[in-house]
Amino acid sequence: MKRARHLPSRFATYVFLAVFSLPVLWLILTSVRPNIEINTRPPVWLSRNLNLDSYKALLGMGVNPERFAFGENVPFVLYLRNSLLSALGSTVLALIIGTLAAYAFSSFSFKGRSGIFLGLMLARAIPGIALSLPLLILLTKIGLSDSVYGLILVYTAMNIPFAAWLMTGFIGEIPEALNDAALIDGCSKWGAFLRIELPLVGPGLAASGIFAFLTSWNEFAIASVLTRTTASKTFPVGLFDFTGEFVSDWRGMCAMSVIMLVPAVIFVIVVQRQLLRGLTLGAVKG
Amino acid sequence: MGERDLGISRRSAEKRLSAAVLESRRLPVLLLLPAILLMALVVGFPMIYSLYLSFTDFTLLSQSSMKFIGLRNYVTLFKDPTFLAALGRTVLYITITVNVEMLLGLLIANAMSNVVKGQSVLRTILMMPMMFAPVLVGFQFKWIFNDQVGLLNNVLFEIARHPVIIPWLIRKPLGFITITLAELWMSTPFMVIIFLAGILSISKDLTDAAEVDGSSEWQKFIHIIIPSVSPFIYIALAVRSLDVAKAYDLVSIMTGGGPAHRTELIWTYVYRLSFTSQSFALGSAMSYVTVLVAILFTFYLFRQLIKARKVRGIQ
Repeated sequence: MKRARHLPSRFATYVFLAVFSLPVLWLILTSVRPNIEINTRPPVWLSRNLNLDSYKALLGMGVNPERFAFGENVPFVLYLRNSLLSALGSTVLALIIGTLAAYAFSSFSFKGRSGIFLGLMLARAIPGIALSLPLLILLTKIGLSDSVYGLILVYTAMNIPFAAWLMTGFIGEIPEALNDAALIDGCSKWGAFLRIELPLVGPGLAASGIFAFLTSWNEFAIASVLTRTTASKTFPVGLFDFTGEFVSDWRGMCAMSVIMLVPAVIFVIVVQRQLLRGLTLGAVKG
Repeated sequence: MGERDLGISRRSAEKRLSAAVLESRRLPVLLLLPAILLMALVVGFPMIYSLYLSFTDFTLLSQSSMKFIGLRNYVTLFKDPTFLAALGRTVLYITITVNVEMLLGLLIANAMSNVVKGQSVLRTILMMPMMFAPVLVGFQFKWIFNDQVGLLNNVLFEIARHPVIIPWLIRKPLGFITITLAELWMSTPFMVIIFLAGILSISKDLTDAAEVDGSSEWQKFIHIIIPSVSPFIYIALAVRSLDVAKAYDLVSIMTGGGPAHRTELIWTYVYRLSFTSQSFALGSAMSYVTVLVAILFTFYLFRQLIKARKVRGIQ
């Protein structure tokens, strides 16, 4: 009885997921098909020549250059470096600064508390495009335009509100008594924070971390204005190297996209459970 | 031994506690300082600077001969039919995507919550689109909907048995629909994940009681699931509305707001004005109007959220 009733649920779930996976599968398939097949009409459905040339070209392992393949000329390693540095740097900084702020919000009542909290949330309403030109002017003045450090600075600030919001929910979950016990046992307020609260909010850090990482890793609007050269260009901006005026190297672009997805997928699989919990707490508390 | 030692240590503990209370006046300020300073530099400064610029005739070309022109940019803006159309289209875009996402999200989350086996694998597959950069989604869908060699037209070719060339991204309502579909693909999983978290947090007693009383799946969905996840619905609506209101990357890749402003949303138009037409002052004025609307909307949704929490008995 119960099984029979849940059959439609299972069916709906599988159909939905199948449809949603299509673009992902298509992306992976395209990255291993020759461009000549991709651009042919009538369409070729069953490829006879699947290979990893597009990946090899990106990694600088000499392959026979294919027509319309730009991969050889894309500074992949530099993009990887810039993307990793800016995403990891801003994630770590945003977690530290966001957690400190969250601690202030959840453990103290002070004047202007809800005002500052609301202000942080409202900052999220402002899109990167609106900030990009003033930021370019500002960063040029302080010598951080077209630099990974400039990106780290900007992305850290972009990630603080969400990190602070999620962490406020998590720290608020910790029973007050635990904290008091630590204080009575002679812990300083700082000691209580480091020894009692921080370990308990690990899942929150994981959830905020993955969101911060993904936001920075995938950011385009600001990077497209702030970065000019390979000194700071990241993957989302670098994808444009595959588009030409008359032809585009779809295959090469798909290969770089797949590589771009790898760290994100690993992160999400690792912290998936915490992610769900993080969102739950963020929604009901906060 | 016990009694006296305990008394002393308690007294010293009290002393420490009162020191902690004193400390607690300065501590929150110190804790918040890095966040506030950084936000002021990266968000506050640009917003104030562009507010200032919005009252001038600043362009990227004439930076030296900048004049103060009062509210003229704002007047120009509200007389600009393209801006008004983009504003209306953005509101329509938000309304459609967020509502469809919410409905799909609720239905799928409800279905998924009934699938016990392998739920974490399903969840991981579901989260794939969340890991895609919006730029990436833009490129993917631009290519799926390509009129010459796109996946969709290829499939139609096989079905119709003759070349089908539907210009999905160019023809009038199709361009908008195509972008909406891409947005839905990208963000419905977020809704599902949030609602799934909400549904899983509903007490089992409640749903069991409903089953004992002989209510149908549908009745259970309407009368128990939806009211119980309402705080999640409001938070998801608030987060997603704000996100969609910021939509830029996806549209800029797929159509760039064109052709002939057919798919122009607020932020693609701001970009066009600020960087392509180099009229940054006008672009700033437009940013301001839009951000203010978005902030008012957020404010409203957060108040609704607080109400919903009270109903659910939290805080």
